[in-house]
Amino acid sequence: MNRILGVIVALAFVAVPLVIRNEFYLNLASQILIYALLAVSLNILLGYGGMVSLGHTAFLGLTSYAATLLVTWGSGQLSAAILAVLFSTACGALFGVLALRATGIGFLMITLALGQIVWGIAYRANTLTNGDNGLRFLARPQPFGFDIASAPNFYWFTLIVFAVALFFIHRLVRSPFGAALQGSRDQPRRMRALGHNVWMIQWLAFVFASFWGSVAGLLYVYYNLFISPHAISLQQSAEVLLMAILGGASSLTGPIVGAVIITIVKNVVSTYVDRWNSLLGAIFVVVIMFMPFGLVPGLRQLWARWSKPKAETKSEGAP
Amino acid sequence: MQFWIVQTLNSIAFGGLLFLLSSGFSLAFGLMRIPNLAHGGFFMLGAYFGAVISRNGGNFWLAMLGAGLGVGLIGILFERLILRRLAGNVQGQVLVTLGVSFIIADLCLMIFTGDPWTLPAPAELRPPIRVAGFAFPTFRLVVLAIALVVAVGLYFLMDRTRLGAMIRAGVDDMEMARGVGIPVSLLFTVVFSLGAVLAGLGGALGAPTLNAYPGLDSDMLPLALIVVILGGAGSLLGAFIGSFVVGFLYNFGIALFPDLAYFILFLPMVLVLVFMPQGLFGRVQS
Repeated sequence: MNRILGVIVALAFVAVPLVIRNEFYLNLASQILIYALLAVSLNILLGYGGMVSLGHTAFLGLTSYAATLLVTWGSGQLSAAILAVLFSTACGALFGVLALRATGIGFLMITLALGQIVWGIAYRANTLTNGDNGLRFLARPQPFGFDIASAPNFYWFTLIVFAVALFFIHRLVRSPFGAALQGSRDQPRRMRALGHNVWMIQWLAFVFASFWGSVAGLLYVYYNLFISPHAISLQQSAEVLLMAILGGASSLTGPIVGAVIITIVKNVVSTYVDRWNSLLGAIFVVVIMFMPFGLVPGLRQLWARWSKPKAETKSEGAP
Repeated sequence: MQFWIVQTLNSIAFGGLLFLLSSGFSLAFGLMRIPNLAHGGFFMLGAYFGAVISRNGGNFWLAMLGAGLGVGLIGILFERLILRRLAGNVQGQVLVTLGVSFIIADLCLMIFTGDPWTLPAPAELRPPIRVAGFAFPTFRLVVLAIALVVAVGLYFLMDRTRLGAMIRAGVDDMEMARGVGIPVSLLFTVVFSLGAVLAGLGGALGAPTLNAYPGLDSDMLPLALIVVILGGAGSLLGAFIGSFVVGFLYNFGIALFPDLAYFILFLPMVLVLVFMPQGLFGRVQS
């Protein structure tokens, strides 16, 4: 059942540019995929590792700035992309060492502070980052000669990257490593007693999360052809966190659903009123107070309750 | 020479302001185990409230008092109506304070618009004091004096009164404090709203030098976070020393290396984290 549903959803994603001809909505779809990747990568930490990070857009920013600067300085697109992601992931490895000095709320505060440092450097180091005005990215690359300048082509390109990322993250959380990560979340002391290096497990998860966050950053700068400190503010980090929590942090689908909802609401609301931040705050408060486990688990529960009677009759009839 | 003296004085005065901001933040963090991410918003509200009162004819001291009480009231409501419902869910509480901070920031932008609001310092404090040929800004000295009075008051409250003993017991071991009959949940409200009052006071006191502007909250919150990470959550002495350290780093950082000011500010925090994760005077085991 799940498999069929998955195939249908995947086909629907592929078919989006065939159905939606309007460039605005198609670009919105690309944007959703980029934020979904960011939310899913954050969810490696949040949902599977139980670590709340408030600085995840730092990796989006580090990659975007690095790629932009490298291309501006005359590097090729491919080497700029690889170097930018490497640089950002290396920063992630360092940030992980610092943030994992603490657990729980301490971890949250350190990631918040680190995110603010990156933001502060982007904002204040005018000579390098052009401050508040941001930097322009020259042009989208042509990976393997495939032109991604047009909206449908960029959407497909983003979808391919997203699918690859999702596949690897799916394999990661289902692997023994994923099990160990969830074990470290629930019972760190028992995991230690069993001989697992909890710190190493959590640090590796941090590095993985920052790697996929960096990939999302690369897509971000290709999409916008522009990067400014605004993209990595605390608000943005909180938005991505909200996507994961709103959809439900206990699964991979949750953050994707959250990204779809938040990105659409944000775009729709922003066209009519100026009060997106109030609404964001209000959604935050309501979701955390009344829907702590998010939409997807909530709906799954409903689905289970609804389909339960059927399942029972089946099991009665089987023998 | 004048540059160094004035910058030093400004740093100390800014440290005093930071103490008003972060002492309540630190005590609430120590007791309730959560950083109130809306604390920068409380500070900003204090600045706006003060400016509004002063614009409507109130004098500066009335504006300061009104700002403290107004923000304190908001703190009580926030703790009673929202945080209390999430008791035990630390992560949820932190995220709710973050959500509320967005709402505060956005509502302030809506009500007070994007233009900065000024709160003029009292007229009698505007002319500088001249000592040995150097001009000292009087108002900043007064801010420092008020911060010191508050620090001494907090010290007596925490160290010499029954309430303070109960708060310290709650910070050190909440389970045990509950066990011996200390009304810890009442203390939550008291300490949280005390923090809000101090943030509001600080906002009004800071307004003549900083102005009330959109973004003031997110400029101040990281400073409070650093003070608490440096000094350790729940430690008054830590908040005191941390405030002045951060005051100096921030002021001189901006004056000397504007591009790297943020980096200079966060570097000691990173060092403390790596070598002393509890903070310099931390009591709370994380």
